[in-house]
Order: sequence, then C-alpha cells, then structure tokens
Amino acid sequence: MKTICLYFEIHQNIHLKRYRFFDIGTDHYYYDDYEDERSISETAERSYIPALKTLIEMAKENKGFFKCAISLSGCTIELLEIHAPQVIELIHELLDTGCVELLAEPYSHGLSSLINEESFKDDVRLLCDKVKNMFGVRPTIFRNSCLIYTDEIGRMVSEMGFKGMLTEGAKHILGWKSPHFVYNCVEAPKLKLLLRDYRLSEDIGFRFNDSSWSEYPLFADTYMNWIAQLPEEDQVINLFMELCALGIFQPLSSNILEFFKALPEQARQRGITFSTPSEICGKIKSSGPLSVPYPVTWVDEERDISSWLGNSMQREAFNKLYSVADRVRICNDKRIMQDWDYLQATNNFRFMSTKPSSIGAYRGIYDTAYDAFTNYMNIIGDFITRVNNLYPDMDNEELSSLMTTIKNQEDELVRKDKEIEKLRQTLEHLSGDKPKKAEAPEEKPAKKAAAKPKKKKTTEK
Amino acid sequence: MKVLMFGWEFPPHILGGLGTASYGLTKGLALQPDMDITFCLPKPFGDEDRSFLKIIPMDCVPVVWNDVNWDYVNGRVGNRMDAQLYFDLRDHIYSDFRYIHTNDLGCIEFSGRYPDNLYEEINNYSIVAGVVARQQSFDIIHAHDWLTYPAGIYAKQLSGKPLVIHVHATDFDRSRGNVNPTVYGIEKDGMDHADCIMCVSELTRQTVINHYHQDPRKCFAMHNAVYPLSDHHQKIVDQRIPFRERKEKVVTFLGRITMQKGPEYFIEAAKLVIERSRNIRFCMAGSGDMMNAMIELAAAKGISDRLHFPGFMKGDQVFEAFRDSDVYVMPSVSEPFGISPLEAMQSGVPSIISKQSGCGEILTNCIKTDYWDINAMADAIYALCTYDSLHDYLQEEGINEVAQITWEKVGHRIRSHYDRLTGAQ
Repeated sequence: MKTICLYFEIHQNIHLKRYRFFDIGTDHYYYDDYEDERSISETAERSYIPALKTLIEMAKENKGFFKCAISLSGCTIELLEIHAPQVIELIHELLDTGCVELLAEPYSHGLSSLINEESFKDDVRLLCDKVKNMFGVRPTIFRNSCLIYTDEIGRMVSEMGFKGMLTEGAKHILGWKSPHFVYNCVEAPKLKLLLRDYRLSEDIGFRFNDSSWSEYPLFADTYMNWIAQLPEEDQVINLFMELCALGIFQPLSSNILEFFKALPEQARQRGITFSTPSEICGKIKSSGPLSVPYPVTWVDEERDISSWLGNSMQREAFNKLYSVADRVRICNDKRIMQDWDYLQATNNFRFMSTKPSSIGAYRGIYDTAYDAFTNYMNIIGDFITRVNNLYPDMDNEELSSLMTTIKNQEDELVRKDKEIEKLRQTLEHLSGDKPKKAEAPEEKPAKKAAAKPKKKKTTEK
Repeated sequence: MKVLMFGWEFPPHILGGLGTASYGLTKGLALQPDMDITFCLPKPFGDEDRSFLKIIPMDCVPVVWNDVNWDYVNGRVGNRMDAQLYFDLRDHIYSDFRYIHTNDLGCIEFSGRYPDNLYEEINNYSIVAGVVARQQSFDIIHAHDWLTYPAGIYAKQLSGKPLVIHVHATDFDRSRGNVNPTVYGIEKDGMDHADCIMCVSELTRQTVINHYHQDPRKCFAMHNAVYPLSDHHQKIVDQRIPFRERKEKVVTFLGRITMQKGPEYFIEAAKLVIERSRNIRFCMAGSGDMMNAMIELAAAKGISDRLHFPGFMKGDQVFEAFRDSDVYVMPSVSEPFGISPLEAMQSGVPSIISKQSGCGEILTNCIKTDYWDINAMADAIYALCTYDSLHDYLQEEGINEVAQITWEKVGHRIRSHYDRLTGAQ
C-alpha cells in the first residue's frame, strides 16, 4: 500500500533595499517596502490564492482522503499579514478542513542550523509560537530552510521535541537506498526522516510546463501510473515543492491546477492514499538509520549548500552575520531582533552565488553577485555596529566566556533538578507507602516545574 | 596568406591602446605557420619586435626618385629597413610628388604621433601606401583605425584585394557624440569601401551600424585579448604586499585624462569615498587635455591631499602602479574596448569598469557600473577596499579569467574571415 506525502513551502524573502556604504551609521532601515509589496501581492495573486483555493476544493471534495502539509516562514507570515491577508484567511480555511498539517521551520528561513545551535533553536521556537498564535496548532514535524539536513541538525531537532523531519532524498546520501522508506537520524534514533523523491517532485515543480521534456504534456493518470508502478515494498512517496510551483514556476495557463485536482481520484483508482507527515511518522516504522555527515539540501543539481556558501564572499558574509549571533540572542532590542530575522534569509546569500548553473538567475535588484555582496555587507556593517553598540565595553572573548558560565550554570541547574527528582522518588520509594502506579503521574508535573524556571531564565537574559 | 597591414602605432613606442592591440593581434595571427604579415608604420624606431612580421617604415619609402647610392641608403635607413627594399620601392614611384616636402632620400617625414597637421600626415601616409601597394604582393589588406583607412582604400583600389578595416575606436567614442565632420568623413569613407569591418566590441559594432549606416552583415565584433605578463613584469607585480597587510588602500585610474575616459566621475566618486573613510587613497595616472581641469576639480572638492596625479606612465611604471594598487577604475563614458582593465586584472588588481566599456562584454569577474552612477562606483570602491573576501575572490578569479582570453584565439577568428574574403574556404 503506497501513500503520498504532499508538502508545500510558502516562503518569500524580505527584500533589501539599495544600501550604499555612506548610509552606514545614518540609515538603519534596510528594506525595500515597495518591492516587498509588489512581489508578495504578485505571488499571492498569481500563485498562492489560486493554489490554496484549489487545495481547499480538493480537500472538501475528497473529505478525509486528500491530505497535505504546508509550512510558512515567519517573514512570509509577516509579509502576508501586511500585504495579502486574504492568503492567511485561505490558510485558515484550509486548516479548517482538517486535512492539512502545518510544519515548523526556522522563522527567518536562514542558515543558523549550520553554525549556531542556540540561535537555530530560538529561531524555530519563534516560528512555532507564531504559528500557535495565528493558527492555534503547534507543529510536531520540522523542515529546515531549503531542507538543509545533517546528523547534527537532526540531533538538535530531536532535542526540540520534533518527531520527524523532512529532507532531501539526494542520490549522494542515499546511494542504493530508496527515498520511498522512512529512515531515522543516526544521532537521534527517535527522529524519523522523510526523504523527498526529487525526480517525481521536480517533474511537477520544474518540468511540468517544459515542452522540450520528453514526458510533456504530463497528465495525472500517467503520473499516478508512475507511482503505482514503483516496487511493491515502496511505502511513502514524498512530493515536496514550493507552493510557487503552482502558478509561478508553472504558469496557471499550463493547467497545473487541473492536474492537481485530478490527482486524488487517480490515486484512489490505483489504491494509493494521501498522508500527512505526522501520520507517516506515527504509523510507519523506520527502516534504518541514515547517516548524513555533510549538509544536504533541495537546491540545484549538487543538492548541497554551495548556492549560499559556495564562494569566499558568501562565506565571509555568513561568518560576519553569525559573529554577532550570541549578542543578538541575549539582547532585547526589538528592532535589532527583527532585522536579525530578516537578514538571515537564505535568499540574501543566494544572490551572491557565482555558480554558473544556479536555477533561475533571478537576482532581484542586483546586477551581479558582487553587487549583491557589496549591498549586503554594507547593511551587515551597519547592523553589526548597532549590535555592538548595545555592549559598548565588552569584547567578544569576554562575552563568550560569560555566556559559557551562564550555560554551565544552567546545565548544572537542570542536572540538580533531575537529581532532586530522583532523590524525591527514592524517598517516596523508601517510605514505600504509595503504590507504584502513583509515581508516574507525579513525575510529569515535577518535570514541567523543572523545565519552566529554565525557560524563564533564557528569556530574562 | 600574405597580409598587408596599415597601422599607426607599435610597441614599444606607444601613445594609447592602439599600439598594444596592433601588436597583440599581429602576434596572435603570426602563430599560424602560413601567415605572412607586412606591417606599415609611419615612423618606427627600429627597436620593434620584428621576429614575427616585417615592418615597413613609411618614412623610409621614397616617393620622389633621388639618385643615391646603396651605402648611403644603408647608412641612413639600414637600422630600420633593408636597403635593398628602398631600391625596390623606388622603382614603383607612380607620380610626381616633388611638390611635397621630402628629404634627401625622397621620403616624406612622419611624426608618427598625433600632431596638429594630422590630416596632412594621413594624406601623406596614403601617398606612400600607393608605392608600397605597387611593390608588395599580398592577398588581403588590413587597416587599423581611421588614420590608415585612406591608405587601405587606396591599396584596395590599386590591387583589387579585399579590404578589412579594424575599428579600434570611432569619433563618437572620442567626442561623446559631437563628431568632427572631417574625421567622420574619413571613417565613413573607409567603412563604405571595406569588405569586412572588424569592431573591437559589440558596442562599437552597434555604433558602426547605427551611426555610420553600415550593413550589419559585414560588421563583426572582434574582441581584443591580452598577452600574459612577461617574466619581467610578473616579477614587478609579485612584489605586491598582500592586500590584508596594506594599511592604506590605493585606487587607481590609469589612462588618458580626456573627456572619453570620464575622469570627472572618478573624482566625484573619490570625493564620496574620502569623506567617509580614512585609509583609502586615489591615484589618477596619465595625461591629457583635461588634466589641469581635473587637478582644479580635485582642489575645489578639497581632496587633493588624497588624490594624486603622478602623470603619464609607460612600460614598467604601469606595472609598478598596478603592483601598488588595490582597485583599478575605468569610468569611461564610451570605451570601444579598453585593454587596461585586462592588464590590471592580470596583475591581480580587481577592476571596476563602466557598463559603457566594450571589454565588459567578455569579462564577468569585475564590477560594472554605469559611468554616471558615482554612488554605485563609490560603493564598489569602498567594498573592494573593505571586504577582504570580495577583493580576494575578484583578484583570483580575475587572473584566471583573463588567462583564458588570448590573442591566439582572436587570430583564429580573424583568419576565418580572411579565408572567407579571399575565397580560400
């Protein structure tokens, strides 16, 4: 029995404006509001609205059968709230059908998972809170920006309590293995991994309207036949793509929406079902650990991080930005924290790519990679000065040593809490009055109590 | 294949980019074993590299028959030309040119520069070309730049061989649109008579098509290239102090200080950068008719303490300047090609060029801005001086990129046109 896991990413970055070096120190607003409004309304109109309407229609017509997952980056939620609130309403409507799962991702759509664990976790928590506030659900499955994944990231994600994670089923990590099974993280065996079938996903996302493609024109029955003809043992077919694929990459005139509408019926005829990621993580057992020592992503043919950190300029920009990560995390200046979210977006680094093959040579307002780099560095220059001004008489070493002290103490507190817990249990055990069953319920509130003060501390800092 | 070329400049005595381009192009062509190039120059000094081509000094070609003996001729021109050639050429004097001022050998004197009586010199050059074209045998004529177009036309009419003209610049570039009618006339006449027009960039090609009304089918973009640095120059460049260790960064403009090169935009951008930085110096090397105006402009802006005018540079000085520079800027208003950014990049200096420069068509590892966009230019200068990784990246990739642009490849492309014109293919 095969099941399809359909997932759509909704992400638009916040556009940076032209920022000359002589603006450094005088102008602290970095964004091109006009371009933001233009691009988000265009995307909403051409893609998000018709696509979401289609998904709602599909969900209503195939009640309980058709399912999918979406995720929004924090910056995109902000953009949509301001410029295209109708999209938010549609997402609400889609959620009301009960067939859609919302996934978590970093608020900024940034690369913090590669360099700063604390910042990454904060970034994810921020988004979870935002989603909880807006849509009333707390995501249990995680997808990183551009599906970046390594064993290390898997461990962090698992520590945050997520049950599963989506990532790319790239050839170089899978080898002879198939992406049509559920795997688990090497470092955190509890975390299940859903791997994208890039060929089937990109058949829709990239090639659907390509008349030079040998399978053009693609129809829903052919597509479902491909899936049905996969080996018997293959369980999960993960189709992950950007929601923009419906309407922007593949124009509406290509009848992409009609193609989607036909999918559930075709699947039903062939005995294929739809599932959400959390259903799959709950139902299907892992077929084994998957080791990914180096980052894998869903971008470009290489499916690695070379689109953002491929050349020395990108790496300098990246290192400069995250050199202040710790300082930003402990500050409470709202504007700085907001800028921090916006500046991290992967798109800013993508613009600096000098790779010849990067799909979509779209560079926004920039002519070249150098132009993008210069502009970004000017902004970072101003931003870093602002951050450092918050801590005028403290150098980096001092700060990091203080941070380690705090962290050590925090760890110690947690350890102590656990110890107290244990001692209390032994005490109860020794007194022997209570039956064993009573222990379990008591354990839970105690743990929560231990966790709470810890959380408060992080925010107080 | 025998080519008769008309040129005006040749290294080592050069005044602008034309000489460098003529040298590279002929040398690239000469790599083909069956290529036989005869290059006519108004006034060679005798120290030119003749290993790969024959040079005919036009000021040693008689146009008036004087009775002189072999030893005398050999004493006078022997260091620059085979005396026998003098007598061979003397047999082909075709008219009475005694009304022109000639010397004791019956030759016309040339300055070989760009003097005030340039039109007269151009005319004399084509008279001499008549003698050369009658004496020499060749398959094709190749004329470099407008000064030699009349000579090329004349040679074509005499011999009936196809004429290729090479447009290194047009008067539209030099004058920002206010063309000199005489120059325009000469240029247009040359193009009208040409069988093939080679332009140093697509930009120039479009000028030729739109402003000189030429048939696009006979116009081709033939981008220049650059020779690898000689060991001597490489040694100079290798003395460079690494970028990160240099406290003061130097931004260089190198070229003729004339309207075409946009020097005032360089100064405007320098002003913006100097106002907001402490460790960047500017250097405007070269000379030209706008030099004094630029010195005054810099003084008026109050940046003369950080903007320096070292004057005209040649030979090793150029590479010493590159060695001590961190950024090279070419803000040309209209640059047909512009070989100097390639040389700068070769020497490991990242370049900023205007989008109105022809060389931009074949370069990717440099920063391009509009010449008038002084904000963008200032921003790029600041970035290259401040952000190490950008500087390192462009330095390294620039060297690699320019290494791929060779005259040999250009030679092959020119050859294919020659073959087409002469019907060899």
